[in-house]
Amino acid sequence: MDLNFNAEERAFQSEVRGFIAKNLTEEMKRATALTPSVFSDPDIGMAWQRALHANGWGAPGWPVEHGGPAWTPAQRWIFETECARAGVPNVNVMGVKMVGPVIIGFGSPEQKNFYLPRILSGEDYWCQGYSEPGSGSDLSSLKTRAVRDGDDYIINGTKIWTTHAHHANRMFALVRTSDGERQQDGISFILIDMKTPGITTRPILTIGGDHEVNQVFFDDVRVPVANRVGDEGKGWTYGKYLLEFERGSGIASAKLREGLKAISDLAESDLTGRAIDSPDIASRISEVEVDIDALEMTELRVLSALQTGQNPGAVSSILKLRNSEIRQAVTRLGVDVIGHDALAVEPMRPLYKLNHEPASPEEMLTVVPEYLNGRAYTIFGGTSEIQRDIIAKMMLGI
Amino acid sequence: MDLTLSDEQKLLRESAERFVAGSYNADHRRKMANDPLGFSPAVWKQFAELGWLALPIPEEFDGLGGGPVEIAILMEAFGRGLVSEPYLATVVLGAALIDRCGSTAQKQASLPKVADGTLKLAFAHSERTARFDLARVTTSATKTAQGWRLAGGKIAVLDGHAADEIIVSATLHDHHGPSGRIGLFVVPATVQGLAISDYARLGGGRACNLELSDVHLPDDALLGDGHDALPAIEWAVDRAMAALGAEAVGIMQTLLETTLDYTKIRKQFGRPLSANQVIRHRLADMAMQVDEARSMALRAALKADSPPTERARTASGAKAKIGKCARFVGEQSIQLHGGMGVTEELEVGAYFKRLVAFDTLFGGSAHHYARHAELGRKA
Repeated sequence: MDLNFNAEERAFQSEVRGFIAKNLTEEMKRATALTPSVFSDPDIGMAWQRALHANGWGAPGWPVEHGGPAWTPAQRWIFETECARAGVPNVNVMGVKMVGPVIIGFGSPEQKNFYLPRILSGEDYWCQGYSEPGSGSDLSSLKTRAVRDGDDYIINGTKIWTTHAHHANRMFALVRTSDGERQQDGISFILIDMKTPGITTRPILTIGGDHEVNQVFFDDVRVPVANRVGDEGKGWTYGKYLLEFERGSGIASAKLREGLKAISDLAESDLTGRAIDSPDIASRISEVEVDIDALEMTELRVLSALQTGQNPGAVSSILKLRNSEIRQAVTRLGVDVIGHDALAVEPMRPLYKLNHEPASPEEMLTVVPEYLNGRAYTIFGGTSEIQRDIIAKMMLGI
Repeated sequence: MDLTLSDEQKLLRESAERFVAGSYNADHRRKMANDPLGFSPAVWKQFAELGWLALPIPEEFDGLGGGPVEIAILMEAFGRGLVSEPYLATVVLGAALIDRCGSTAQKQASLPKVADGTLKLAFAHSERTARFDLARVTTSATKTAQGWRLAGGKIAVLDGHAADEIIVSATLHDHHGPSGRIGLFVVPATVQGLAISDYARLGGGRACNLELSDVHLPDDALLGDGHDALPAIEWAVDRAMAALGAEAVGIMQTLLETTLDYTKIRKQFGRPLSANQVIRHRLADMAMQVDEARSMALRAALKADSPPTERARTASGAKAKIGKCARFVGEQSIQLHGGMGVTEELEVGAYFKRLVAFDTLFGGSAHHYARHAELGRKA
C-alpha cells in the first residue's frame, strides 16, 4: 500500500501543471471563481474545452479510437485534482461526460462520426432533457411523447431543470414512444436540434439569483427517426447508464478542498474580523476538512480497485451523497464566516462583469448564492433519499 | 498510488479473521468480562506463536518489521471479536516507545521478550489534572545518587495490572528543580512504592490507576539519554489512535451486520423492520459512516510515519471522525434492536460500550477537532 504517486505519475502531474500554467488565463480563473452556479458560462467553459481538445485531452473518459487520451484511473485523478487546485472553468458535462459515452456505447456509426468530433471541439453545446414537471426522482414516469410519422417523430410535452438549455444547440432527451407494461418500457433516447420549430425555452431563476436551468416546451416538434440512439423503447437502459456517469465520476474531493480553502482564507482575513478566532468556527472548518479527507480516501480506494481491475461495488451512491452533503456543509460554513456581508444581495450576473462597485468584497460575492443554489446538490442526479434507497438495496440487500 | 493489500497483508487479514471468528464467541467474552485478569494467557501465547506480538518489532530484535498498516489489519480483526488481550498496551504503545526512545541495550533487554510473549508492557501517562493534554505531567522524577526517585499518580493505564513492566512518564528534576523535560521510565510492576488499583474497563479488558510514592529506580530505568520524550509520546499516541481507529472499524462492521440481520428477521405490524424506508435509510447511513471510518483509519495508518504535523493532524482528524461515526453506529444499533438492545442478553451493548471507550480514549471528537484546527494554524 502506498499513498504516494510513482515516478511516472509524478511526471504526468508536472505535465498537467505545465499545460494549465500555459492555457489557463487570468480571465478564466477570475470568471470561474466568480461563478456561483454549477457550470461556467459557455464563453468561459468552451474556451477551456478548446484548449483541452487542442492538447488531445478533450474527453478523458473516452476510448482512444474516439479521441480519448487512454489515461489510467490514477492519471484521471491527477488531472482532475490539478484542475481543481488551479481553478479551471467548470465545463458543462452534458457533452463530454454524458451524451458522449451513450453515443459511443449505443450510437450508430453515422451518429458517432457526426456528433463525437463536434462534442470534442466544443462546436456543439448540449443540454439534458430528462426531468419533467411531473417526474423528478420517479424519472421513468415521464410523459413527453414522440409519435412516429414517416421518417420523423413528432414530439409534444415539456422538460424541466434543463441546465443551459438557453445556451445549448442540442438536447439529448428521454421520450415516451410507446406504453409498456412497466413504466420503464417504451422510453426512447433521442437527439434534438434546439433550433427545430416548436421548441420554446422558459428561464427559471434559482434562489441564489442565477439563471442556469430552464423549462423547455415541445409543441409538435419534428425530429428525424435517425436521431434516435439505439433501439426504440430501450432508452431507459441508456439513460441509466448515463446516470451512473453522472453519479460516479468519483473525483470530487479536490474541488471541495478548494472550496473550503476559499472559506478558511476568508475566515483568516481581516475582512471577516478573523472569524477563525472563534473556536466554534475553527472546529467546524476542521470537521469539514476531515470529511473531505474521508471522501478523498474513499475515492482513492475506488480508484485503486479500478486500477487493479476490481469492481468497486455500489459505492458511487456513497460518493454522490457525501460529495453533495459536504458541499452544502462548506457553503453553510461560508455564510457563517462572512457574517454581516451575508446580508448584501448582488442581483447582477455575471459577477465577473459587474458595471458597479458591489456592496461586499469581491471574494465574498459567491458565498451566499453558492449556499442557496447549493441546496440543489442533494436533489439533482437522484435525491439523497433515492441514493439511500440505492445504498440499502445494492449494498445491504434490503 | 496503490491502496490494495499485498499478498502478505491479505494472508495476515485472513488468518486474523479466522482466528478471531474461531476463538472469540459470546461465551468467551462473558467469561473474560468476569475474569480478574480480563484476558486469556493461552490466547496471548497463541498471539506469540502466530507472530502477531513480533509484528511491528524490528527484525534485529527478533521482530517481523511490520508497519502501521499491518497493525491496522490485525486491530480491525480484533474489533470484530472484541478481543481483550493487552495488544495495544504491550505492542502498539509499550514496544513502540522502547523502540523509539531506548538505547540498544534497553531494546535488546525488552523487545525480543515482547516478541516471544514473555514480557507484557503498559504505558502510564495520563493524569487527572491533565485531561487530554499530553504535555502536562506532574509526576516527578528526581535524580538521586543511585538513580531516580519517582513520585506522583497516573490514571487510565490500559492493562497496567497485567504488565510486567510499566513505562511511566515523569517530569525530570535535577538539583535546580524541574527541567521542563519529560522522561520515560521502565518501572517493574513489583517495585516498592508502586500501588496499582485496577478496575474493569468499559467495553472489556481492564485498566488501572497508579500511585508512586518514592519509587527508587536505577539509572538505566530511564529510556534513552534524557532528551525530552514528549515528541515520542505524541508519536506513539498518534499511532495508537490509528490502531484503535482500525479496531473501531471492525467493531462497527460487526454491529452493522448484526443490526442488518436483526431488522430482516424481526417482524412488527406483519412485516420485517427492514421493509420500512425509515429503517432502510438509517442502515444506509450506518453503512456510509462505517465506510467513512474505514477510509479514515486507513489514512491514519498510511500517514503514521509522516512528518509530525501532518501525522498528528491526520491522527486527530481520524480519531475525531471515527469517534463521531462510532457513536452514531453504536447508538443506532441499539435503537434498531429496540428494548433488547438495552439488555445484557444481547451482545450489541458490549460492542457499543467498546465504541464509547474508544471515543473517550486519548480524547474525544471535540478535543481532536480542536487539536486538528490548532495544528492547521501552526502549519
